Amino acid sequence: MKKFALCSMAAALACVSAASGAAEITVVNFGGANGDAQKVAFNQPFEQSTKNKVTAVEYNGEQAKVKAMVEAKHVNWDVVEVESGDLGRGCDEGLYEKLDWSKIGKKSDLVPESPQTCGVGFFVWSTALAYNGDKLKTAPAGWADFWDTKKFPGKRGMRKGARYNLEFALMADGVAPKDVYKVLGTKAGADRAFKKLDELKPSIQWWEAGAQPPQFLVAGDVVMSTAYNGRIDAARKEGKNLKVVWNGSIYDLDYWAIPKGSPNKDVAQQFIAYSVSQKPQEVYAKNIAYGPVNKAAISALDTKTKADMPNSPENAKNAVLQDMAFWTDHGDELEQRFTAWASK
Amino acid sequence: MNTMTIPAEESRESSARLKRELKIADAKKRAMALMLIAPLAIFLFLIFVVPIGALLTRAIENPEVANALPHTGAALAKWDRKAPPSDEAYAALAQDLTAISDGESMGALARRLNTEIPGYRSLVAKTARAMPLTGDDGKALPAAQIKAKILEIDERWNDPAYWQAIAKNAGRYSPFYMLASLDHKQDGFGNIVHAEPDQSIYLNVFGRTFVIGVGVTLFALLLGYPLAYWISTLPERRANLVMVLVLIPFWTSVLVRVAAWIVLLQSEGLVNTALLGSGLIGSPLALLFNRVGVYISMTHILLPFMILPLYSVMKSVPPTYQRAAVSLGSHPFAAFWRVYVPQTYPGIGAGVLLVFILAIGYYITPALLGGPNDQMVSYYIAYFTNVTINWGMACALGALLLAATLLLYVVYGRFTRANVSLG
Repeated sequence: MKKFALCSMAAALACVSAASGAAEITVVNFGGANGDAQKVAFNQPFEQSTKNKVTAVEYNGEQAKVKAMVEAKHVNWDVVEVESGDLGRGCDEGLYEKLDWSKIGKKSDLVPESPQTCGVGFFVWSTALAYNGDKLKTAPAGWADFWDTKKFPGKRGMRKGARYNLEFALMADGVAPKDVYKVLGTKAGADRAFKKLDELKPSIQWWEAGAQPPQFLVAGDVVMSTAYNGRIDAARKEGKNLKVVWNGSIYDLDYWAIPKGSPNKDVAQQFIAYSVSQKPQEVYAKNIAYGPVNKAAISALDTKTKADMPNSPENAKNAVLQDMAFWTDHGDELEQRFTAWASK
Repeated sequence: MNTMTIPAEESRESSARLKRELKIADAKKRAMALMLIAPLAIFLFLIFVVPIGALLTRAIENPEVANALPHTGAALAKWDRKAPPSDEAYAALAQDLTAISDGESMGALARRLNTEIPGYRSLVAKTARAMPLTGDDGKALPAAQIKAKILEIDERWNDPAYWQAIAKNAGRYSPFYMLASLDHKQDGFGNIVHAEPDQSIYLNVFGRTFVIGVGVTLFALLLGYPLAYWISTLPERRANLVMVLVLIPFWTSVLVRVAAWIVLLQSEGLVNTALLGSGLIGSPLALLFNRVGVYISMTHILLPFMILPLYSVMKSVPPTYQRAAVSLGSHPFAAFWRVYVPQTYPGIGAGVLLVFILAIGYYITPALLGGPNDQMVSYYIAYFTNVTINWGMACALGALLLAATLLLYVVYGRFTRANVSLG
């Protein structure tokens, strides 16, 4: 009995000390160059200013891990970076906490896609047309040029999957970026996209990993490729003359979410609020070519950094936001159709 | 008579006793043998049979709708699946969705129904978010009013197709995944129909898997048979040396060998550079990311599985038979073909069976060296297991592949007299 009392007293003390501010939170991200940028921009300054300790952990986006933790009621991740599709599903399936926006800040300070019920978007990334400036004399202007194998002879790199490719095909066929998902949602629109892909099929070299397009471009295997803008930027930092065409690019956000049952929800929300405030967002954008979500941070960036941001006013002018609601509803059907189409 | 019968009876009794004792001794022996193999049998049963069996049942399990919408399923049991369902079905749906609106079974339900009709996922999520449906005074509503409210949330609930999807999945088991693996599906009334042509993949994939399997087996036999024959004629020491050359690639990691083939076959690789340099071809051949690359590397990787059984059989064939045939006037080729080759049938059978069964399960080689139309069944099993986490589909494809393999094994056993086994 005495022992039990001691134990509960120790537990109570631990609770008190946690409440008084010296908590330890675990922040989970995708690692790599992005993880390094987050460490400099978010984790270290947050530790210094609040005396909380931040432990960074890497994962590959496996929602199964979050699910296992939440179902076992043994949650030791406090903040997790998730992709937009997983956030929507996770929120519906009860994997993530609903956020208390009074603790995070004003929604109007952030770009409109960022604030969600269960998550806060904290950077913008993009899938765009990329080419090797040393090999192409004239720069392609958009997806119509990507499809024009007479004007630009050679292979094209494209991601092996329906997502992005169907949107790009419609834009090449003359659909305005803002109407892409409206057209793709109809049977006739999907037929039109696949018909357009048929035209290019003999010239396509498929890629699966994000590291492949810059390799293909540098080696000269393809003359143009769809690519993630961060990967192209990383290759440029290594001295390769790769270029991005922002016209008709598709952008999306990565989100912070808190797994349901996290013992440090308050500190986790504090961390999220800090990471989307102006200063850390600026530092982050300077470390990696992903766009800030804080409006003040976007306008405060210098022109050179802005030129590589997916959501700078100049680059975002003719870009589309990936419609996650569309893809969660139609993803299964279109991916299956794509597989059938690709293997014919 | 009596004096005669007593010893006879005695002997009968003793022989019966003897039989009994023999039987007991036999049973003891058998029990002993069983006990000796018991650890292995139990191990195999627990590690191999039970998990695979448990996974295979997932191919026909369909618990999502039954778990999430029990009342709706019951309310739809007597529905004719034509006219919009009764008001009670709407009330049951509201009751079920209220019960699950905050749990994970809602996510599973939405995911499952979305495979029936695209867009069903967001319809379920949207409707569940509006639950519970109560009147202004917080009391339960009559069924007709609940129906009106649900239709107000989304008028798709007026379309019988969405209700048919629930009705046909109300059971805990369904042939859905097995049918989908064969490019078929059930329509709204439960009849089996073909999938739309632009959604049909798997019959093609199974066909392709068997074509590649047969091709690789033939190439391996054509290359392996002469080599095995040659090794079997060599003196022991030199035969061992050549055998080592066969075995070293066999022991090398498959990934390393596949990567080596990529280096050799690419458009600026060794093979193309040599052919271009010798003037045999004008422009580089496409050897990678197509069927050619898959055949070349799979034949190379599976060749030792053909050579080893062939060699072990050939070594036991005495050369004297062939010599006798020749000395009796046969042409050397006829002697080889009609006397020697039939004696190696067990080796050919074992090698062919081994290579073919391994080939149809191949995954990594076509994934790395083939294009989108060179992928075999295992690629899709891995895709559904890891990428989309659709284990029902993965298990259905796996079950079909296993069934096809077992069937071939049985057919093969019927056709060959020789008692060939994989061991």
